[in-house]
Amino acid sequence: MKLKYIEEAIIKVLMAVSLITVFGFVAAIVWTIFRRGAGCITWEMVSSLPGGGFYIGKEGGFLNAIVGSVYIVTASTLLGLIVSIPVVFYLNVFLRSNSRFAYVARLAYDVLFGIPSIVYGAFAFTLMIYMGMRTSLLGGILVTTLLIIPILIRSMDEVTRNFPHDLLDASYSLGATRLETMGIVLRQIAPGIATATLLSVGRAIGDAAGVMFTAGFSDSIPTTLTQPAATLPLSIFFQLSAPQTEVQNRAYAAALVLTIIVLVISLAGRFIMQHFSKNRI
Amino acid sequence: MSLRTKKKLAKVKSFNNIRIAKEKTVGGVMFVLTAASLLLVAVMGVGLYLKSAPILEEHSLWELLSASEWRPFKNSFGFFPFIMGTVWVTAIALLLALPLSLLTAVFLTEYARSWVKRWVYPALDILAALPSVIYGVWGTLLIVPWISERLAPHFVEFSSGYTVLAGGIVLSVMVLPLLVSLFVELFSTVPHELRDSSKALGATRWQTTKKVVLRKSVPGIFAAVVLAVSRALGETIAVLMVCGNLPEVPRSLLDACYPIPALIANNYGEMLSLPLYEAALMFAALILFVVVLVFNLASRMILYRLKKTAY
Repeated sequence: MKLKYIEEAIIKVLMAVSLITVFGFVAAIVWTIFRRGAGCITWEMVSSLPGGGFYIGKEGGFLNAIVGSVYIVTASTLLGLIVSIPVVFYLNVFLRSNSRFAYVARLAYDVLFGIPSIVYGAFAFTLMIYMGMRTSLLGGILVTTLLIIPILIRSMDEVTRNFPHDLLDASYSLGATRLETMGIVLRQIAPGIATATLLSVGRAIGDAAGVMFTAGFSDSIPTTLTQPAATLPLSIFFQLSAPQTEVQNRAYAAALVLTIIVLVISLAGRFIMQHFSKNRI
Repeated sequence: MSLRTKKKLAKVKSFNNIRIAKEKTVGGVMFVLTAASLLLVAVMGVGLYLKSAPILEEHSLWELLSASEWRPFKNSFGFFPFIMGTVWVTAIALLLALPLSLLTAVFLTEYARSWVKRWVYPALDILAALPSVIYGVWGTLLIVPWISERLAPHFVEFSSGYTVLAGGIVLSVMVLPLLVSLFVELFSTVPHELRDSSKALGATRWQTTKKVVLRKSVPGIFAAVVLAVSRALGETIAVLMVCGNLPEVPRSLLDACYPIPALIANNYGEMLSLPLYEAALMFAALILFVVVLVFNLASRMILYRLKKTAY
């Protein structure tokens, strides 16, 4: 047999091995989290607030963290969408495709996407101290918004770039301004917006380093924007560093909740991508 | 022209003026929003620099980066152990992830049938979506015990399992989906004519991949790796949970280490009492920021250029 066929066979085996490894990692992670979490989770944990002596193993749950995460994620996603949709629209409709400014802005968003959330957190924290703010729900929301805006913009931009220019021209020729053309563009990229939103929700709910110093942590559900708020990842992290098994078990239960949320979001994102982008022109 | 038509014309004109004015204002607002991103990068850089200025006045840059003693309360701030910790963990993560992701990406673009792809992509999606704290939990539950009970006894007498190696393994899984998606995008920009002509000359699939696809994407592969490195550098919670966090220069894979993001996350709350301590931590954030900024700029510019020439 010629050498090149042997090489081909070896490579095929290696590819199979690496593919199995990737699936193995996915299975190992999901299985570990589910097996460890399923044994610990009770209804009380997801439906009640931490009681007295929660962190030494007494009764209570992590509802504060679930609600805190939901608050932060919802608010920051809405804020992020309000900022990023106009930016995407500006980059793709108002600017020419060879615009220098668009190039620099896209580069800037890619760089912002790459900046670690711990740096965002540290930077925002000093800014908050400078302005005399304490750790609060508002701080967490703002940092998470900054964190997800680059994701929103980059993933919506990818979709919008393939937008057929004939549609724009048809709208212009009817006398519409670029602003009035926005409706057409929005309708076309709606599935893209949905996927981008889910992507950023997934990122926002899992981020811990950014909210660590800005949202703080608390055992109760915040009622105003200036109170500190707990988040799921941080609640897992803090409970896991406790020495008592009861507290650690709750961390595993919380990890299970977080994993399920993220899995559902991720699979929904792919589903939307596949099923709603068919009617594109 | 009658008076009525004149009036009508004026009405239309004013209506159009409003529309144009609206368009201009909204355009202005959009411009400001877009430009704000540029500003944010600059403001972050300047802000971090200003905050870390106190420590740069007291110690020279070289001293901070090369000294290895970390005793904040005795005014000695050596970042060398943390830098080495970061470098070690990142290097191992890349060493593990690079062959895996290259092979997976080649498989996906050159070999796979569509039904296989339908299974692989969601799996990669899941890896990309899992939060870093979950990776941390997984690391402490599976990787750390495995290292301390199975692997380490072959080499050293005792290891807690919270080691450079654990951090490297966890990080490698975390950067895997990013690398694969970048590689897949890269390989699919290589024109099909090139592949066809290679195959027409009698080359096997792997020969074509090796001599045409991979060779053509070398700059892109380099850029993707740099991007993955900068992602791995900033990972906080996962490495914080599995690396052991001892401020010493690791001497082997089975030693504990203390990467820079973990340093910031662990000490941020308590640093307020000491102004120089705060400056030191901000300096750590500044190091991360500058490295990530440079890496990102370089690799993105390479990737943009490749994409442009592809079409």
